[in-house]
Amino acid sequence: MKRILGILVLVAFVYACSSSDNDSDSDDNQGFNPSNFDRTPLLENWADNIIIPGYIDFLSKVNTLQTETTAFTENSNDLTAIRAAWLDAYTTWQRVSMFENGPAETVGLRLNVNIYPANVETIENNIASGSYNLDLSSNRVAKGFPALDYLLFGIASNDDNILDIYNGPEGEAYKQYLEDIVADMQSLTTTVLDEWQGGFRDDFVANNGSSATASVDRLANDYIFYFEKFLRAGKMGIPGGVFSGDVEPNTIEALYAGNLSKLFFIEGLDAVQDFFNGVSYNGSTQGESLGSYLDELNVLEDGTNLSTTINNQFDTAREFVNGLNTFEQELQSIPPTNFLNAYDEVQRIVPLLKVDMVSALSISIDFADADGD
Amino acid sequence: MNKSLQTYLNTNTKAAPLAVFRVFFGVLMCVSIIRFWSYGWIDKFYIAPDFHFTFYGFSWVRPLGEWTYLLFAICAISTVMITLGWKYRFAMITFFLSFTYIELMDKTTYLNHYYFISILSFLLIFLPAGHYFSLDTLSRKHIKKQPYSSNEITGYIPRWSLDSIKLLLGIVYIYAGLAKLNSDWLVKAMPLKIWFPAKFDIPLIGNLLTKEWVQYAFSWIGAGYDLCIPFLLLWKPTRTFGFIAVVIFHILTRVLFPIGMFPYIMIVSTLIFFDASIHKKIIYGLARLVKYPKVLLEGNAAWQPVSVVRYKIVITVITLFFCIQLLLPWRYALYPGELFWTEEGYRFSWRVMLMEKSGYAQFKIKDGVTGKRFYVNNADFLTPLQEKQMSFQPDFILEYAHYLRDHFTAQGHQNVEVYVESYVTLNGRLSNTYIDPDVNLAEIKESFIHKHWINPFNDEIKGL
Repeated sequence: MKRILGILVLVAFVYACSSSDNDSDSDDNQGFNPSNFDRTPLLENWADNIIIPGYIDFLSKVNTLQTETTAFTENSNDLTAIRAAWLDAYTTWQRVSMFENGPAETVGLRLNVNIYPANVETIENNIASGSYNLDLSSNRVAKGFPALDYLLFGIASNDDNILDIYNGPEGEAYKQYLEDIVADMQSLTTTVLDEWQGGFRDDFVANNGSSATASVDRLANDYIFYFEKFLRAGKMGIPGGVFSGDVEPNTIEALYAGNLSKLFFIEGLDAVQDFFNGVSYNGSTQGESLGSYLDELNVLEDGTNLSTTINNQFDTAREFVNGLNTFEQELQSIPPTNFLNAYDEVQRIVPLLKVDMVSALSISIDFADADGD
Repeated sequence: MNKSLQTYLNTNTKAAPLAVFRVFFGVLMCVSIIRFWSYGWIDKFYIAPDFHFTFYGFSWVRPLGEWTYLLFAICAISTVMITLGWKYRFAMITFFLSFTYIELMDKTTYLNHYYFISILSFLLIFLPAGHYFSLDTLSRKHIKKQPYSSNEITGYIPRWSLDSIKLLLGIVYIYAGLAKLNSDWLVKAMPLKIWFPAKFDIPLIGNLLTKEWVQYAFSWIGAGYDLCIPFLLLWKPTRTFGFIAVVIFHILTRVLFPIGMFPYIMIVSTLIFFDASIHKKIIYGLARLVKYPKVLLEGNAAWQPVSVVRYKIVITVITLFFCIQLLLPWRYALYPGELFWTEEGYRFSWRVMLMEKSGYAQFKIKDGVTGKRFYVNNADFLTPLQEKQMSFQPDFILEYAHYLRDHFTAQGHQNVEVYVESYVTLNGRLSNTYIDPDVNLAEIKESFIHKHWINPFNDEIKGL
């Protein structure tokens, strides 16, 4: 009897110890989950129908931007084409910005491509000195879309004066900087897409477990983080003075081009909602998604459907923001009441994602011992 | 004093079970501290954060900067001393003080099992666990001439010292079981219904966990287990079965939830219920391994207290200790409102794994003079874990609000008012406003009085 007991204890200990604290790897139980809680289809839909097509599109826009930049540096008489390519790429960026996971996280794509407002002084110093290392984190405020915004719209008071600079004595330095920035964006984006199309896609899908390091948990965390910090706070909250008490119109996205930040916000909101519903990047087919996953779990009582509640709040927020004038115009009134009311509707999405959705999906936020109290 | 009580207090029993308990306790605590250290949690939880959530009345207990490592080192050394039985009482007091200090530094990391360790180590200070199979015995005997007389060697200890550990374990299990007797747990299988589907990737049982009947079965069996296990362990015919149940149950919790060392501690602790013969085998095995003189294990003497007065004090302290342990979990009944929602009287009561609760709290700062208003970015002040814990516990919210008040006052704002917009979801209910958004938390004082600024719970949870 005692021997049996001893063996039992031993086996139990070994088993428990061998299931690591982070138990994240679960490739070994593929095909072992016929239940609808299997996350593989969800991850496949994210990777194959949303993320990778998104990066492919974005890279093609960046490539066009690169072509137009070269054309502009060869013949600096007209800003129209390069500006259009910039706008197109910048708009597409709003569709992929939220995927700061895996390869994008490794290279810090968002940090390198869209930190705004740009630091004009650093840009001008870089151009004047002609020697700069765009890989330095101190130069993140001097490159990417915001730097292009300044270089294409902000270096002089009107288009003629801007073109004068490019055709003037320092023109070559400015052109060189334009080309270097775009090349930097191009190389970063290429790296990210290459990794996704290389081994990362399979790793991403294979990591279909349920720990804090599993793909679903990580991307969901990144997704919520993007919504809270970059869409809600970055595009609306900070310019509206929500966090400082003072309206800060100079922190708006696409400051020099003007009248774009609202469009970018809406594009970002559409992207976030489409991702929630698993809508394919190229088209309107819906696949497995956070929303469908919530529906399957259906843990909520009292008949409410959480995914519907969340979609309704996305719609309400969009309605409010669409009802605004451009952000630039709204922020001229002090306090910008309409703008802040719209912000409140955007804000209401945060607890729904961060509290209700995370709780219902049992997504792990941080790893520590917990006895659930 | 009552005669039968007197007789009970004078009854002795073999010393081996308590010695085994001491050795295992020391080893497991040592492993716990090394584990905690190796994960980098000392820095992550105690040194890196600028702000710490303190227990009411213990705000003076703070992390010691880089010296916090020394605190953990002292705690670790004391566990080695406890294992060896070297200067046992001093080691136990050191462990109790250092471990409790660590747990009081930040309530973000509060866990029932840390509290269990704290009170268990307090109890162990008063038990004669260092008089058998210990360096203390060895060094004491070396002074005397050989051969040893078995009448001089301690082989027996008061029976109550073993029973007190059993009683403490019994309290933990039974209160944990009583806490499960509520409608969320039994009728809705919450929160297991939320937690289990997310564990689909566990080998062998993962698929089962997604089935509703399994979630109900676990809820009911879990409650029954907690309520019965002390009795199964006490009664000899069911003891082995009870222990197998303990092992299976705790291994399952270990596989299902990130609860660290707790399962091992409970498994090893319940060995105390077994007869001395098993413990003797363990001790003899260990003694052979470390070449501990066998003769020192075969004493006939009973442990004697140093003085009667001191003994009486010890008995009084332990009696008081258990009175507090028995009453403390019921204090929630003194508060109005739903316990799971307000969490007034929730801690220190063996309420384990009862809630899937999470929240979101956004703080609004208002300058009372200029009327300027803005929101706080919690990540500027709190770690993700702190923010998570803060967002659904009122005492955290209040302490943080006071910290924000002081922070922004120091920044030059005047008559700072602090408001919070918060949402909390509990066991699958759609989130609701948690704290009254119109209450200026800067003016609220922390106390044990009911927090009237918590919004009422919109549902009812029946049961204890």
